[in-house]
Amino acid sequence: MTDQALPLATSRVEPRTSSFKVPHYVGRAITYLLLSLAAFVSIFPFFWMVVGATNRSVDIGIGKATFGDQLLVNATNFFTTVDAPRIFWNSAFIALVGTVLTLAISSLAGYGFEMFRSRFRERIFGLMLLLLSIPFAALMVPLFVMISQFKLVGTVAAVVLPGIASIFIIFYFRQATKAFPGELRDAARVDGLNEWQIFFYIYLPTMRSTYAAAIIIVFMANWNNYLWPLIVLNKPEQKTATLVISSLTSSYTPDFGMILFGTILATLPTLIIFFLLQRRFVEGMLGAVK
Amino acid sequence: MANARLGRTEHIAGWTFIAPALVLLGIFMLYPILWSLWMSFQVGKGMNFSFGGFANIVRLTKDPVFIRALVNTLTFLVVQVPIMIGLALLAAVALNDPKLRFRGFFRTAIFLPCVTSLIAYSTLFKSMFATDGIVNKMLMGLWIIQEPIHWLQDPFWAKILIIIAITWRWTGYNMVFYLAALQNVDRSIYEAARIDGASGWHRFWYITVPMLKPVILFTTIISTIGTLQLFDEVNNITQGGPSDSTLTLSLYIYNLTFKFMPSFGYSATVSWVIVLLVAVLSFAQFVIARDRNK
Repeated sequence: MTDQALPLATSRVEPRTSSFKVPHYVGRAITYLLLSLAAFVSIFPFFWMVVGATNRSVDIGIGKATFGDQLLVNATNFFTTVDAPRIFWNSAFIALVGTVLTLAISSLAGYGFEMFRSRFRERIFGLMLLLLSIPFAALMVPLFVMISQFKLVGTVAAVVLPGIASIFIIFYFRQATKAFPGELRDAARVDGLNEWQIFFYIYLPTMRSTYAAAIIIVFMANWNNYLWPLIVLNKPEQKTATLVISSLTSSYTPDFGMILFGTILATLPTLIIFFLLQRRFVEGMLGAVK
Repeated sequence: MANARLGRTEHIAGWTFIAPALVLLGIFMLYPILWSLWMSFQVGKGMNFSFGGFANIVRLTKDPVFIRALVNTLTFLVVQVPIMIGLALLAAVALNDPKLRFRGFFRTAIFLPCVTSLIAYSTLFKSMFATDGIVNKMLMGLWIIQEPIHWLQDPFWAKILIIIAITWRWTGYNMVFYLAALQNVDRSIYEAARIDGASGWHRFWYITVPMLKPVILFTTIISTIGTLQLFDEVNNITQGGPSDSTLTLSLYIYNLTFKFMPSFGYSATVSWVIVLLVAVLSFAQFVIARDRNK
């Protein structure tokens, strides 16, 4: 890549010939202006969510952007309309089980593909990358028929099982494993550790950042999962927060104040995990893209 | 890590590490794929199948709802993905400048949307873009529009709303990939170009874009797959309406399977249209990326 970009940089690009040269600080100012605009657009809906939770539905409908005094009313409405502890417990349980199992199975596989290469396993890996492009919509129908034949409809297993072996996460771990120092493994072998001990005692602690980034991605995906749980969870007492709050918005006259209060609760877990792991997340992404 | 020859124990270890994933992928991915391929040639309602040959494919060509869903999905793809990739690249380049102040703040702010829960974001967009809602109020306050826009009721604006919503949520996600890749670009290349008098735009177009090409290709393919499978947003914000103007292929498959009289064979055929589109577009993107290389 470098040798291809260099000649371009030295020969193709002519010195600026325009007679009018934009002062440096104008470009700077435009950059700040655009970034501030992007930041505003990104953050405004969060602000709107918090403001909305303190207002009546009517006021939200006419775009009132100042804090109101309806927070307690909205909270009370929310807790009387939905069984909050139940739906958040369902969501949390599914997200936790899903995240732990996905990380376990997929990181093992990513490590295995990178560390123990054989021609046959490389072929399997190539086939997996091909499968990555198969959209979920294509699997949905046969998966549902299969899950119902297994008599698993309405269970946590039905929600979680199809996603545990995630090709995307296996690929991510394989890429990150390329940065795992080979000397560490060799040293551990000399010390007499077997392959599994190397994985658990050397690899796991070394790759904390990679795991942190994967936790964010997988937890968010599980917590926000909508289409598949919508299909396989049919009993009301099993519905997740995402499903229940979403069904509130499709009523004829949705009470937006109450719903926005619920969405704050539904957003908090992913936000907290993100801010806790943010620094590690950036490191983990760097490791994978290298 | 190029182990030309693996020992016997390593060979066994290699299989045991990947075995659980392979078994699960076989059951929950490979088998359903083959089954849906078989099913796409079956006709009949519910679980009563009979071989229909190309009957489903003929039905596709005569199904106006399918055509509409296909056109909608491709419209979202063609308009939304380039806008998002472009914005993400520009943001990443701007944030990669070490002299920029408040980098951490800007980076977190732009990434934040993709951490929100799906349900929060669709509810927010639904309420913000109501006809009397805050967005119309702001646009009218800034004299950008005179009349409120009927975001949720007008077929054209409903499409725009979906595009705004997806772009809002996923730009920061793509940006992080570029930011990570930019860390590996040698700064001295930029310095050399700057000394040669290359403008910021030239540096972006002739250095940054070629250097990031593998990552751009990766994110473009991921985004293409994501957009072709678009379901959550349209189901939650517009329910495919008004009058099917935001109906996507995934939503149509869902309707065919779980809302109308279940017709598994036909919905499998529609889902294979998505598979084919993904395959063709990914291949085209690879070829285009390779041609630019020369």
